[in-house]
Amino acid sequence: MRHFIRSAAVAIAMAAASALSLSAAMAADISGAGATFPYPIYAKWADAYKKETGIGLNYQSIGSGGGIKQIKAKTVTFGASDAPLKGEELDSTGLAQFPMVMGGIVPVVNLEGIKPGELVLDGPTLADIFLGKITNWNDEAIKKLNPDVKLPDQAIAVVHRSDGSGTTFNFTYYLGDVSADWKEKVGVDKAVEWPVGIGAKGNEGVANNVAQTGGAIGYVEYAYAKQNKLTYTDLVNKDGKKVEPTAAAFSAAAANADWSSQPGYGVILANQPGAESWPMTAATWILVYKKPDDAAATGEALKFFAWSYAKGDDMAGQLDYVPMPDAVVKSVEEMWGKDIVDASGKPLYSGM
Amino acid sequence: MSAVSEAVTSSAMRTREATVRRFALTDTIFRAATRASAILVLVILGGVAISLIAGSWEALSKFGLSFLTTEAWNPVTENFGALAPIYGTVVTSAIAIIIAVPIGIGIAIFLTELCPRPLRRPIGIAVELLAGIPSIIYGIWGLFVFAPFLQTTVQPFIINLFHGIPGLSSLFAGPPYGIGLLTSSLILAIMVLPFITSITKDVFDTVPAVLKESAYGIGCTTWEVTRRVTIPYTRIGIMGGVMLGLGRALGETMAVTFVIGNAHRISASLFAPGTTISATIANEFTEADGDLYTSSLVSLGLILFIITFLILAIARYMLMRIDSRTGA
Repeated sequence: MRHFIRSAAVAIAMAAASALSLSAAMAADISGAGATFPYPIYAKWADAYKKETGIGLNYQSIGSGGGIKQIKAKTVTFGASDAPLKGEELDSTGLAQFPMVMGGIVPVVNLEGIKPGELVLDGPTLADIFLGKITNWNDEAIKKLNPDVKLPDQAIAVVHRSDGSGTTFNFTYYLGDVSADWKEKVGVDKAVEWPVGIGAKGNEGVANNVAQTGGAIGYVEYAYAKQNKLTYTDLVNKDGKKVEPTAAAFSAAAANADWSSQPGYGVILANQPGAESWPMTAATWILVYKKPDDAAATGEALKFFAWSYAKGDDMAGQLDYVPMPDAVVKSVEEMWGKDIVDASGKPLYSGM
Repeated sequence: MSAVSEAVTSSAMRTREATVRRFALTDTIFRAATRASAILVLVILGGVAISLIAGSWEALSKFGLSFLTTEAWNPVTENFGALAPIYGTVVTSAIAIIIAVPIGIGIAIFLTELCPRPLRRPIGIAVELLAGIPSIIYGIWGLFVFAPFLQTTVQPFIINLFHGIPGLSSLFAGPPYGIGLLTSSLILAIMVLPFITSITKDVFDTVPAVLKESAYGIGCTTWEVTRRVTIPYTRIGIMGGVMLGLGRALGETMAVTFVIGNAHRISASLFAPGTTISATIANEFTEADGDLYTSSLVSLGLILFIITFLILAIARYMLMRIDSRTGA
């Protein structure tokens, strides 16, 4: 017994000591929390940034909702969200918001004999499928878009996300934009009341369910679809042109967007004009305080973001994310220089 | 001489007194420590109940009792009702128990009465190992192996078999997704099986050999001995095992989340996707950013707490009635 107590005491002392040294080592790290969608690229950037500067990133990918909660509770230096906060919410909380990186969302299907990119869908048809109005793959609406494809007489099995997700937010935003029926009956949110289909957790859950269910259709992030070689479909965009999901098509949507039209760059990239634009493009945002309590930490975070904007484009491309256009980056950095200040009103960011 | 012996006696007395005092002290400490442990359980239980009630207050005061009877679960309009998750929880657990109880008792009877000795340990250990498999493994296995099997072979067969029969045709209506209420019930049945089996086996072992031997002696068959002697003698223990299994089935989260289909709907068909209380909480808690949304999820937790409590209370009550009837 006495031995046990002594060894327990030693263990506690050692744990406390290691916790102390750990917190000393982590004091210099940047802390953030939020969206799961950009987590792989943030981790990759952080890894390279640490090699260059010695400053690491402690990012918890707990979901956009969690990220917003944590930054509001001031437990992290920055929050990350796939759905932008509205102007009035930014004003009332004193948060600054800017987009960090983009990606695309693609419909994926499981139909025998159909290869990636062979099938074409348009917004209203996609909305009707997810509303449960179109229930069979040989429906006239799908046939009209695909005159050369042999469509099977097979029931459509809809697969959607069961967890709240920025991907769902952007997907439903697009469906609401192209279909009044969708906007009225289902609406736009990170989780909605789905009229039909089965729910699966995460991109991997949706992908697996689609892969296993004959006649299934779902939606996943492009990076996920590409890396797992899923059968994605092409889409008809706002200009009536058929587009393939590629990094160029996502960039086109971002380039055609009017970023200054919304406070905090809160532009949803769904259904943007332009012949090349992929209609389901999505950005992800960072939230920091305009007048942070810990000015030094926020300054370090901004340095990391500036570094990522400047040197992270190739790494983003490798992971099938799309870097922000240079004009947007310039405008964001100007905003930092103006709006994000320490207690004495001195800007925290003054160029690289 | 006598003085010496007196001194020896008194010192012996003192030693004894000291020992007795020490025993009394350790006893007091022991009593206090065990009592504190017991009270701690009540405090934790009370704390959980209070925080659940406080967390769910906003949703319950807004929706009132209609929260229990509304099927809608709409985060966009913030209109929440718990009927679909409650239905899914109760139905999957009930089906799981209906499947697992006869199989579990069957295994226990075979192991205690009929099994050849060399097979007894391997089968017993195999059943207990089932309990040691983490629930996420059941979920992954269910999604990747079991669901595709059901989807391609079992479900189409059953759908065709019952096609056109009123009642059964809607209970087993397509399309065959592979995952759904029945799939999660089957996975749950496998998960609760070891609880029911090992407890039933243990209580079967407590039946006095003389009772069984007398029954065999007057010419009873094995079936009659089991039915008339073993099961009546051990029904309280069997009930305990079933309730333990039911408790696990009601609260099981991860495995169910994988295979239930996570749809907030109530369908007549057992092949249709549904949801349970714990699956809904696991799916949606991280991204629930409205206060009312979070509060509604906590309310679901409170409801699960109450359901579990009620079932345990009913089980206790039934056991008490059996006890008093046997006594009389």
